[in-house]
Amino acid sequence: MHFLTAATSTSGKFLTMLLALLAFAAVVGIILFVASLVERRGRRGPVAWLFLLPTVALLIIGLVYPAGRTIVRSLYNAAGNTFIGLDNYTTIFTSEDQLVVLRNTVLWVLVTPFVATAVGLLYAILVDGARGESFAKALIFLPMAISFVGASIIWKFVYEYRDHIENLLPGQQQIQQIGLLNQVIVWLGGNPQQFLINSPWNNFFLIAVMIWIQAGFAMTILSASIKAIPAEITEAARLDGVGAFTMFRFVTLPSIRPTVVVVLTTIAIGCLKVFDIVRTMTGGSFGTSVVANEFYTQSFSAGNQGLGAALAVLLFILVVPIIVYNVRQLRASEGR
Amino acid sequence: MMTQPTTTVVTAPGEPGSPRRAARRSTAGEEAKKRLSSPWASFAAVVLAVLWTLPTFGLLVTSFRPEADIKSSGWWTVFTNPSFSLENYRTVLGTETQDGLSKYFINSIAITIPAVIAPILVAALAAYAFAWMNFRGKNILFVAVFALQVVPLQVTLLPLLELWVDLGINRTFWPIWLAHTMFALPLAVFLLHNFMREIPGELIEAARVDGAGHVTIFFRLMVPMLKPALAAFGIYQFLWVWNDLLIGLTFGGQPNVNPLTVALFNLTGTRGTAWHLLSAGAFVSIIVPVVVFVSLQRYFVRGLLAGSVKG
Repeated sequence: MHFLTAATSTSGKFLTMLLALLAFAAVVGIILFVASLVERRGRRGPVAWLFLLPTVALLIIGLVYPAGRTIVRSLYNAAGNTFIGLDNYTTIFTSEDQLVVLRNTVLWVLVTPFVATAVGLLYAILVDGARGESFAKALIFLPMAISFVGASIIWKFVYEYRDHIENLLPGQQQIQQIGLLNQVIVWLGGNPQQFLINSPWNNFFLIAVMIWIQAGFAMTILSASIKAIPAEITEAARLDGVGAFTMFRFVTLPSIRPTVVVVLTTIAIGCLKVFDIVRTMTGGSFGTSVVANEFYTQSFSAGNQGLGAALAVLLFILVVPIIVYNVRQLRASEGR
Repeated sequence: MMTQPTTTVVTAPGEPGSPRRAARRSTAGEEAKKRLSSPWASFAAVVLAVLWTLPTFGLLVTSFRPEADIKSSGWWTVFTNPSFSLENYRTVLGTETQDGLSKYFINSIAITIPAVIAPILVAALAAYAFAWMNFRGKNILFVAVFALQVVPLQVTLLPLLELWVDLGINRTFWPIWLAHTMFALPLAVFLLHNFMREIPGELIEAARVDGAGHVTIFFRLMVPMLKPALAAFGIYQFLWVWNDLLIGLTFGGQPNVNPLTVALFNLTGTRGTAWHLLSAGAFVSIIVPVVVFVSLQRYFVRGLLAGSVKG
């Protein structure tokens, strides 16, 4: 069994992978085989449950049971051996460090969806029907294919800061900036900044990365939605001689409103759970931590499992209403 | 319904025009744009496009510059003073040493392939049951599976970690495969169910009249017709798994298991300013999803339009 779990060579890893694939396929194969036996006996009811078995089992083991454990654990102390009621939640809403975490999370959720959606919508309209539309869209969309870690490295380099000499001695060379943003500031005659360190503004420089990623998502979905507006409607408005802004405000926007809401809420959910960007760029230092990152720090570095669990549950509680609203919007848009 | 934007965004820019588009009149967007006086609209579009491309371009250029140059001058100086080398890629892939990224590249592949195929296999069965079988409690169970999408990963990580330790499979590929499969199921079942419902009921009925059982229908009818749907979900699950950091970081924990993202993350932590390694490393990890995305974008569009916006 050792090679099944602890492969160190490339061929060993691929062998393990093949065996895993076979194992997954075998489970499905056995279920289909048993199902066909049951079916031949003319009993249809159990077949459905056989088909559902692996999904239900995996969901209970992987989601339902762990979520229950975490909720219980959030009521216990750091070591997980003493029941302390809601103390962990009190800590989240009273301790100075945790309040900064909450403030940052609110910033992320309020700023990112609106800016990303606005940029995406603007761009979708600007390039709609233009020559080279698909190429223009690909440029904005490509960040979506990049991992958050990769995106964070890309932007960390844009923000890179080199020690700047305030008062140059005669004959001394000024240190060259290698980050684009600081170089632009120098070109404009300003002093370079430590974008990722100066709180609370550093939060906005992290948020910019998320906007950079999500604008492409917003653009693609909104563009499809705009193209789906019946031509008769726009034609009629055009014959009435309405201006560009009126057209946008009274024809385009109302037609795509449900989609806009879905895009906003989807990005908001992503922002609540944002972890990779904060972890990679600052590790949550310099007052940039958010709930999802603080959860990781408390659970796996600081050894406070109770507080970590409470943060995870808080995330859960914050996500639910947005998703419910999102689903309702979807239903409403379908019901029209 | 789309609770994981990073995974759900599986579209591509500019789907090849549908027949309706070919003969259409101008769309609302075009109308709005025309009135925005075209030169300004074009200018604004170009500014946005440049803003969005420049950061990636800068790091790409940097990855091909000699280490000494990267440390002493900005990447934009290559236009006046060009000097390129492949040394950074050679170092970061570690063809000479054992510590390079190539090992993690293999890990990422070994993680991603089963983590994409397994949820499709499992979810296709369940989706079929929900779409075309009748049993008691069907609606409640379907809503329950759908609702499980609201559970954030974070809520499950620590109990799952304890489970892996108890099972003795911690720090192997198994926890990562299983975790990705489990977390993908609610969305996979939901999307595949939607696709399956679109298959005309008469087809299923005709097969039933001919005496075909569910198992036969599943294989002969569903699997071939679902190819585009399976491709669409497969691609987005691929992006999600390949780009994941949280699960890799929590359940990996050793060099023979860690995916590329974790290796890169460790590189930023320990050598925050080793830009010659970071820039090349970032592009080693970026290249695969970008190639997959560009070559298969047709399927992204279908997945998005059929599964996400319309629901």
